[in-house]
Amino acid sequence: MAVEETNSDNQKDAGDMPTNTQRPNHAKTVGKLVFVVVAMFGFGFALVPLYEVFCELTGINGKTSDTAAVYEPIEIDKTRTITVDFITRTNTGMPWEFKAVTKRVEINPGELSEVAFYVRNPASRDIIAQAIPSVSPGQAALYVNKTECFCFRHQPLKSGEEAVMPMVFYIDPQLPEDINYFTLQYTLYDITERVDEPVDVAMNSIQGR
Amino acid sequence: MATVTNTPADTHTADHGHDDHHHGAPKGILRWVLTTNHKDIGTLYLWFAFIMFLVGGAMAMVIRAELFQPGLQIVDPNFFNQMTTVHGLIMVFGAVMPAFTGLANWLVPMMIGAPDMALPRMNNWSFWILPFAFLILLSSLFLEGGGPNFGWTFYAPLSTTYSGDSTALFVFSVHIMGISSIMGAINVIVTILNMRAPGMTLMKMPMFVWTWLITAFLLIAVMPVLAAAVTMVLTDKFFGTSFFDAAGGGDPVMFQHIFWFFGHPEVYIMILPAFGIISQIVPTFSRKKLFGYASMVYATASIALLSFIVWAHHMFTTGMPVGAEMFFMFATMLISVPTGVKVFNWVATMWRGSLTFEIPMMFAIAFIVLFTIGGLSGLMLAITPVDFQYHDTYFVVAHFHYVLVTGAVFSIMAAVYYWLPKWTGKMFDVTLAKWHFWCSLISVNVLFFPMHFVGLAGMPRRIPDYALQFADFNKWISIGGFAFGLSQLIFLVLIVKACRKQGEPVTDQVWEGAEGLEWEIPSPAPYHTFDTPPVVK
Ligand code: HEM
Ligand SMILES: [Cu+2]
Repeated sequence: MAVEETNSDNQKDAGDMPTNTQRPNHAKTVGKLVFVVVAMFGFGFALVPLYEVFCELTGINGKTSDTAAVYEPIEIDKTRTITVDFITRTNTGMPWEFKAVTKRVEINPGELSEVAFYVRNPASRDIIAQAIPSVSPGQAALYVNKTECFCFRHQPLKSGEEAVMPMVFYIDPQLPEDINYFTLQYTLYDITERVDEPVDVAMNSIQGR
Repeated sequence: MATVTNTPADTHTADHGHDDHHHGAPKGILRWVLTTNHKDIGTLYLWFAFIMFLVGGAMAMVIRAELFQPGLQIVDPNFFNQMTTVHGLIMVFGAVMPAFTGLANWLVPMMIGAPDMALPRMNNWSFWILPFAFLILLSSLFLEGGGPNFGWTFYAPLSTTYSGDSTALFVFSVHIMGISSIMGAINVIVTILNMRAPGMTLMKMPMFVWTWLITAFLLIAVMPVLAAAVTMVLTDKFFGTSFFDAAGGGDPVMFQHIFWFFGHPEVYIMILPAFGIISQIVPTFSRKKLFGYASMVYATASIALLSFIVWAHHMFTTGMPVGAEMFFMFATMLISVPTGVKVFNWVATMWRGSLTFEIPMMFAIAFIVLFTIGGLSGLMLAITPVDFQYHDTYFVVAHFHYVLVTGAVFSIMAAVYYWLPKWTGKMFDVTLAKWHFWCSLISVNVLFFPMHFVGLAGMPRRIPDYALQFADFNKWISIGGFAFGLSQLIFLVLIVKACRKQGEPVTDQVWEGAEGLEWEIPSPAPYHTFDTPPVVK
């Protein structure tokens, strides 16, 4: 739009002010500047995938991978013991009870460990939940490998139902030397309105074990 | 600095056909609606900015009235939050930025010897969409549920999950403001790059033109990013995307990264033209050339470049890795080096000059001293571990009001006093101006200096109530606030008198030491100037 306008301005000016001899092509300059504007608008959105890739590579936002890892028997590093705390919280407006059954584990890097979380839906409606993990300090997130996690899937619970949800993970022995203690926190979000799945199939990961 | 050989005494050329060229401005209200004249548009911008300054100021009075005493007495907390939010938005996008654009419109063509801005009709548009943007924003305050209440920084999820429906209006108005400033910036760049008078090389341009050129590049680089950020907020809130919503795989911290990628260059958009203004005024009243012209240009450019790599100093407490915190801390500290270069250059310009203290110079000197205080508190905030304590306290409020009020706003006032006689042809009321200066200077420090103390003592920002131990300081802060607000009414009276052309006629040069093309045309500046370009040696 601006470019067209310049053209007309130019023509007008050229006819209008013959005295001003050197009138360079405004349209060309405007064209370049409009290109910068459009590119920067695009860049604003491009920051989203850039941010995601950057965080996935560095793990600095504390998110663990959202796909299951495969456990290949690796050497267990008996010389180090890592303490992992489990914390739970529910987002505002999410009525579920949500507790870590295992509050803390002390494990060696490379060792497979299974922990459990308890949920109950005390509300009078069926709710689908999504759990979002967050590791602190964030750098540790890259070294938490989960072979099984309730956070990989939506978790539906009918009104009044309860369940115990398992999570199996091991710590990569590459975990930096200075980290021997970290926290893994799960936040439960109510996503019933976002997804259209009916809450009647008991999902296989939610079973009393 | 630049000398003109064939100054056109009568800048009207005889041989062209437009009537208005001969007889100056057309009459009536349509003159202002349809005008494509850079001087008219400059005037419109400046009046608009001043009205917004008074509206935003009225909101600040509400804030200070509520904080006069601890406890909740005048407004309810939600309305208080709307006041802090809209006050910030209006002052940034409605007062400071349009005022600088208005000055650019008036001055850039006159300073480089161009007849007008390069794209006059776009110029008209970029002004006239602004009032609508602010009408939309202000009207949202009267809707059910109220206006935006999430702070001028509109952090997600406050602006997405927890905001009211008026967020749509907020987003729309920010889009319009952004389009307006982008069009304004494009116009400034094209004018400066393409329309300089013969002989006006880049390194002969007055500092105000240089700083505005660089500012305009910052604007076209970051205003689109702001537009992207508000668009994502809009779709997150109304169309089910989850850019910033963790439940859907997004990340609220990412909002802050995107916002501050815009936000930090934005604060330099609000201060670089101020540097330009001070660099015009100080040499005039020191009767010396600006010390270190080239270093000023390079300092401005390096500030602009560095401003892209420091944004996360607003986010030290979000839990960044230590390495990143160190990087942003040192990059931020690095910016104060070119900033310091500027302050030293101004002082060196004054050193051994034959100083006189006319009103613009008084504002300029106040700027130098008080802006430096703001720069020093910024340096304190740049130290990561220290910022953990100061972040989100009144110390930050003190910092940015020193750089923005006694910095940007004082520079705008200095500019108005400096060029007003050129615009109207009459000297303004100097007695009133002295009252305005001294009342503003004293009250602004009563207003903002104690904020450092309450901030260091831990008083959080953006709250309608506070702990009892802060009561005494806050009483003084509020008194300073009311006094500063009232002082601006003196300015209003002075400007109205000046626009009615009251006062002694001035010479073309106006100020004894003033140099540059704008001081070689008649006072008041004719409706059309430099239809024949001057030749600059
Ligand atoms: C020496 C130069 C400067 C340094 C080192 C500096 C540093 C900082 C830092 C570290 C913060 C973040 C504080 C916090 O939130 O905890 C901050 C905030 C801020 N600064 Fe500066 N600053 C400088 C100059 C400026 C200038 C020139 C301006 C504007 C003209 C400015 C405007 C602001 C604003 C508006 C905020 C607060 C934004 C908000 O959270 O609402 N600063 N500054
Ligand atoms: Cu900043």
